[in-house]
Amino acid sequence: MPTAETAHFEPARRMSANGWAVALVFLPPALLLFTVFVALPMVEAAWYGFYDWDGYGRPERFIGLKNYGYLIGNPVFARSLVNNGLVIAVSLLVELPLALAAAMAVAGRVVGAVWFRMIFFLPYVLADVAAGLIWRYMFSGDYGLVATITGALGLQPYYLLADRDWAFTAILIVIIWKYFGFYMMLYIAGLKGIDKSVLEAAEVDGASALQRFRYITLPLLGPMIRLSIFFAVVGSLQLFDIIVPLTGGGPFDTTHTMVSFLYYFGITRMRVGFGSAVGVVLFFICVTFAIGYQRIFMRND
Amino acid sequence: MPATPRDESGRRLSPLAMIAIFGALVALSAVVLVPILATALGGFKTLGELRVNLLGLPQHWVWKNYWDILAGHRYWQVLGNSLLIALLTVALTLALSSMAAFAFAHLKFFGGKFLLSYLLLGMLFPLATAILPLFIKVRDLGLLDSYWGVVLPQVAFSLAMAILLLRNSFRQLPGELLDAAMMDGCGYFRYFIFITLPLSGPILSTVAVISFVGSWNGYLLPLVVLDSEWRYPWTLGLMAYQGQYNTSWQLVLAFITLTILPAIVMFLFAQRYIVAGLTAGAVKS
Repeated sequence: MPTAETAHFEPARRMSANGWAVALVFLPPALLLFTVFVALPMVEAAWYGFYDWDGYGRPERFIGLKNYGYLIGNPVFARSLVNNGLVIAVSLLVELPLALAAAMAVAGRVVGAVWFRMIFFLPYVLADVAAGLIWRYMFSGDYGLVATITGALGLQPYYLLADRDWAFTAILIVIIWKYFGFYMMLYIAGLKGIDKSVLEAAEVDGASALQRFRYITLPLLGPMIRLSIFFAVVGSLQLFDIIVPLTGGGPFDTTHTMVSFLYYFGITRMRVGFGSAVGVVLFFICVTFAIGYQRIFMRND
Repeated sequence: MPATPRDESGRRLSPLAMIAIFGALVALSAVVLVPILATALGGFKTLGELRVNLLGLPQHWVWKNYWDILAGHRYWQVLGNSLLIALLTVALTLALSSMAAFAFAHLKFFGGKFLLSYLLLGMLFPLATAILPLFIKVRDLGLLDSYWGVVLPQVAFSLAMAILLLRNSFRQLPGELLDAAMMDGCGYFRYFIFITLPLSGPILSTVAVISFVGSWNGYLLPLVVLDSEWRYPWTLGLMAYQGQYNTSWQLVLAFITLTILPAIVMFLFAQRYIVAGLTAGAVKS
């Protein structure tokens, strides 16, 4: 995140002995914990990535870039990259527009607006694993929603999550269901900040509802929209929890994401070197996106 | 003249448009609520009825599904574990991040900017990227299969955002306060305890909400670190329960309902707080 130099009122003050004492007591705990559990593991991931290592003893079998080579040639990893791309696409093209529409609708004085907000935000409060299990039931084929539909139409049971062509679509539906309410709340916060007199002036000047939305609301909501896109992409890149209860990566390894690939092919098989290499790739994708996006789109926010 | 209803952005709405919007919102609410309601009701049904009755009330209310879970100690154990882990995480996050944020906000020392940027690097990548070396680290420190093995990395990964939020907020406090306090011979320590912290209630609660919800719903880290089932938080406990009773959906549905219940109740009671906390965390950082 950018650390904007916010205006502060403190005059430059020379550090007193008291100041040094405070710095020496207040900073080390946070720095130590951060270094041990965040910074070092990331550096070590880069190191382990060059080794063939099962996690016992010390990493000794140096294999250069072979772990990365395996990754490039691995069809399951390629598929998981595509899946992460799909999550990003659906988030940006379906989830965020839905959230914006919902925000515009409930920001108005619709009857029960407070209730609608609460209902839409509710899935976001549930843990991903619980949401995933709920939808596993909905999609199960013998019970739940899909079974009800096939039953009503007199069709054979349909096992959506076992269908390699459609299982990931089912996951995408759950993701939209779970997360659109969060972005709706962000947009509602953004809409509150818009000066209503501008919109009224435009209306007096004869701008249609669509024009007011296109030329006033949308641009003024710009910072919030750019922020929501950032969170949607970063969140999509680290998707994992929801995959496990729904499909566990199946059928035929078609529904993995990068992190579930890392978990099922690196951690559960204790292939530390290989899994670390996956982590390094994910790290570079995240950091490149975060820095690039902030440089390009969020300069003035 | 009665005012026509307007929306938040000042548009006047025709009654027809109002009805259309209301209808769309009701439909969307149904989509959101059906899975949750079907789950809660499903816990009261027999397995046979689950095949044919998704949303209707149960023919016979089978209280036993819920009752057996509530009477057993498994459910209370996983909730207790989650609560313990979350409270430790929140307490430690608040303590460490407020201290560090205070130093960054008020002290100018050589390397201060560099140290802050170093900590803020933590916001650039998620925990999942470093999960394997993190597992090795936790193992080498002898923390595998312990609560601290979950708590400490959780705290470490929530520090960056917490410090950023708190530092920005601490700097907004009027500087005259600090000057006056220093002149009265009140050192930084006492200023921190008696002035900064009491004046920072809202932002501290924002940080607390973010780290509590993150910890309560956490799955990947405990999955990798914990081994013994009696230490499982509810997310792991739920998956284990589902693995064990995967042919008895009525039991799994009851267990899901009961485990998400605390989050839903908390949300209903502290809705404003939670929404503000979770969205403010995103916006202010």
